[in-house]
Amino acid sequence: MINKVVTSVAEALGDIQDGATVLIGGFGTAGIPNELIDGLIAQGARDLTVVNNNAGNGDQGLAALLKAGRVRKIICSFPRQADSYVFDELYRSGKLELELVPQGNLAERIRAAGAGIGAFYCATAYGTELAGDREVREIDGRHYVLEYPIKGDVALIKAESGDRWGNLTYRKAARNFGPIMATAARTTIASVYDVRELGEIDPEAVVTPGIFVQRVVPVPRSVTRAGGFKS
Amino acid sequence: MSSGYERRTKQQLAQRVAEDIFDGAYVNLGIGMPTMVANYLRADMDVLLHSENGLLGMGSAPPEGEEDYDLINAGKQPVTLLPGGAYFHHADSFTMMRGGHLDICVLGAFQVSATGDIANWSTGEEGAIPAVGGAMDLAQGARETWVMMNLLTRQGESKLVERCAYPLTGLGCVKRIYTDLATLECSAEGLRLVDMVPGLDRETLETLVGLPIAAARSSVQA
Repeated sequence: MINKVVTSVAEALGDIQDGATVLIGGFGTAGIPNELIDGLIAQGARDLTVVNNNAGNGDQGLAALLKAGRVRKIICSFPRQADSYVFDELYRSGKLELELVPQGNLAERIRAAGAGIGAFYCATAYGTELAGDREVREIDGRHYVLEYPIKGDVALIKAESGDRWGNLTYRKAARNFGPIMATAARTTIASVYDVRELGEIDPEAVVTPGIFVQRVVPVPRSVTRAGGFKS
Repeated sequence: MSSGYERRTKQQLAQRVAEDIFDGAYVNLGIGMPTMVANYLRADMDVLLHSENGLLGMGSAPPEGEEDYDLINAGKQPVTLLPGGAYFHHADSFTMMRGGHLDICVLGAFQVSATGDIANWSTGEEGAIPAVGGAMDLAQGARETWVMMNLLTRQGESKLVERCAYPLTGLGCVKRIYTDLATLECSAEGLRLVDMVPGLDRETLETLVGLPIAAARSSVQA
């Protein structure tokens, strides 16, 4: 019998090692798995490499993990936001390494990791400083830069509903990086607001099939708060 | 200004960009001034707005009190979804952007070169917190990249330049530049006028920009 539902966040996160690469879903505050991040802070793993689109909003979620000093390096596309002061301070004082990646490259490098692709060429960032010194190839008259996959030891994602086989649905634009990160980590842990019986989630509506998910943790429903812009 | 012409206001500039967006277009409007273009799209046309965080058919801001922060735009502000709109994950969203599926993207810029290079993600300032987001993907990936900006900086320097001094976002990818004084096309051959505000002439515009600007095509109303 397969039962991926674990009853507590602490149980779900227990085996995360120091030095792990952790893929964290979310775009701004939408899709950020705050309960799992709080659990990771409590769990105590350090020296982490975190992959997220941003670098935390306000004092909660990813910002709290950064503030706790658990992160050595962050790989993201848009760290600077109206409320990214925790990141800003750590970055300016040299306490946090940043790998800045164009958002499409971030998504595709994660997708590639999940799909077993060794590397790929893409046009984004060609001729810019973000292409670094990576190999460039001209294909059909257009220039492309060689990009490598981003694999996670762990992915922490926020879903809406899940079942004991690990099938997941998402809510609105909180989906963002969740489905691709789920494919790209050795252990994918999803928080859900609803645990459904097998068959209750319409198979036509499953976004992440259970094969990509190792653990499903129910958390109390909470409303996504605003973040990332000046109101 | 002492001259006999007036700059387009932000609203007029947004309206000017909206005039060129065709019925049925898939469009991404960049963060900042370009988002204003949405206010001037004709209601009798189907223009589908794409947002990098996984929306197609993005609608306007919700009424106060009905904000849902799981439904936000690239600037993380609350939006709505039109009937017929769709949600999707990031790899699909950037497939739309990078795979040539978007007809038009409209971006702000620090500088654009006469041959269509764009610099809009970093001023290269020491100690500044960098951020690139989807700018490089959009600039390279949309079928047409349009820039919307004031022609001159506050100091009166042209943002339309022979070669960008700021860090580049993309090479040779800008097709059109909509500014407060004129609309121009750029290509490997350089700049060509599309239209300009009443009272401005091409020679004055060339002086402001400091680059040669070819006359508008006769079929295009100048």
